Amino acid sequence: MFLQQLINGIMLGSTYSLVAIGYTLIFGVLNLLHFAHGEVFMLGAFIGLQIVLGLKLGIFGVIVGAMAGTALVGFLIERVAFRPIKKEYFLAPLIATIGITIILQEMANKIFGSEPVGFPQTVEIRNFQLGPIGINTLQILILSISIFLMVVLHLFVSNTKLGRGMRATAENSTTARLLGVKVNRIIVLTFMVASALAGAAGVLVGMAYNYISPYMGAQMAGKGFAIMLLGGLGNIKGAMLGGLILGVAEILSVGYLASSYRDAFAFGVMILILILKPSGLFGSLIHED
Amino acid sequence: MISPFVQSILIFGGINAILALSLYLPFSGGQLSLAQGGFMAIGAYTSAVLTRNFGIPFSISLIAGAVLSSAVGVGVGFPALRIKGIYLLLITLGFNEVIRVFFLNFKYTGAVGGFGGIFPLTNLFNLYLVLILLILFFHRFQNSRLGRALRAIDQDQDAAEARGVPLTRMKTFAFGAGAFIAGLAGGFYAHFVMFIESGTFGFQRSLEAMIFVILGGSQIFYGPILGAFLVTIIPESFRFLQKFRFEIFGACLVLMMVLRPRGILDEEVCQWRWWKEKFLGKGLK
Repeated sequence: MFLQQLINGIMLGSTYSLVAIGYTLIFGVLNLLHFAHGEVFMLGAFIGLQIVLGLKLGIFGVIVGAMAGTALVGFLIERVAFRPIKKEYFLAPLIATIGITIILQEMANKIFGSEPVGFPQTVEIRNFQLGPIGINTLQILILSISIFLMVVLHLFVSNTKLGRGMRATAENSTTARLLGVKVNRIIVLTFMVASALAGAAGVLVGMAYNYISPYMGAQMAGKGFAIMLLGGLGNIKGAMLGGLILGVAEILSVGYLASSYRDAFAFGVMILILILKPSGLFGSLIHED
Repeated sequence: MISPFVQSILIFGGINAILALSLYLPFSGGQLSLAQGGFMAIGAYTSAVLTRNFGIPFSISLIAGAVLSSAVGVGVGFPALRIKGIYLLLITLGFNEVIRVFFLNFKYTGAVGGFGGIFPLTNLFNLYLVLILLILFFHRFQNSRLGRALRAIDQDQDAAEARGVPLTRMKTFAFGAGAFIAGLAGGFYAHFVMFIESGTFGFQRSLEAMIFVILGGSQIFYGPILGAFLVTIIPESFRFLQKFRFEIFGACLVLMMVLRPRGILDEEVCQWRWWKEKFLGKGLK
């Protein structure tokens, strides 16, 4: 029972990680709390659904398509609601992303309808029994896709020139600019990478729960914030681990407490972290007092 | 008389204005709180329970709700005092959600089913009486010792402390008073819509309050009031574009941040001099 829930928690947590990495990337590089990121996640799920229904592609086609679609959305958000806004007032870009949140949510409502919809099966589900633990192909697939994406992101950020530029910008954008990093290009790239990850997470969550609604982004936003804090602001590895921790903790709390407390759990964690250890469990990149 | 439609807009505008003021008070001391929706929930549930289940007069239950909300505000505000900026925003957002989930599970007030059958006691008269009292309060407050101390904390916390401003006491006061005002807004809200459920008081409500303040202008207390009425009225006045009014509102928000990120009103605009110079030209003093 416990092991089973641990497995379920890790699977759920790996999708949380994908979303939280986006938050932490954007916060690290741009110092922006990106409220619309949850909506990008939701759009990813819907784009994936349209690809399944319209193009009848397999799971990998769906994920790649959704990632491309949300990367485009991320690009547009940067152009419309981040670049034109003066940065000296830290709330201005934040409010602009709230504006984008409203627009995206309403649009999704109009285009896809406000009723929650299911996600058609794209993989054949087979159950495996490993002693007391039951695990199916879908779960294995979700877990391996998220881990694959995280590894790719990690290699990208730590080994490529662009990734180095990203880290430099996160550390100090003025110095990075002086040293020849094209900061504006890095910012666009950050938005696109973060959005693509959220898009993939949207599809994975949609498949895991067989449930997509225009309002799923708002719930994810709160969790994303909590994980970002848990792992330390701007800390990518922290976000990966933090996602897993929250996923497991949530599933366990549903299993052993009441399910309606589930959402409070993420926020309780957030409050505790902020009071006890504001730099997060794994150290924060940003030192803001 | 006024049509019910206009009346409901005026009432929602008034409630939103009170909510906006509740955020403005701690914000004028540099504390951005996203827990106002939660404080509103405490005020709403408390006053509704008192009037419906105990038959206590509206005015007393309104104040009781606000006092309880303020007590919780001081309680949660205290640990939050040493953090600032983005961190404070996130911790208060967390508090808001914890309060919401509490009401989602609290059997006495109906848990998931919500709390209904509240008496329709809010009307234009008592709502606007409170709003006017609040405006008078802020008018007196902004240049009082406390008001100036809060502004000093906002501008430079360390300098303010060095000049003898008691930081902890001031911040706790601002947080608690903000929660008090939010509790009032909640009481009025509950007795107007007559049915409340926890979902209405999620952090989206707090974000809305933040939008009122930022859009209207956060430097002077007329700003949040203007912002609240604008945000209430704009989506309604685009009713002829029925389908897209929220998209237009979102676009307005983005545009506003591009053009005037500090809000519509600031201290300069609120002085007669500015208008005189604008219309009569400079040199006329």
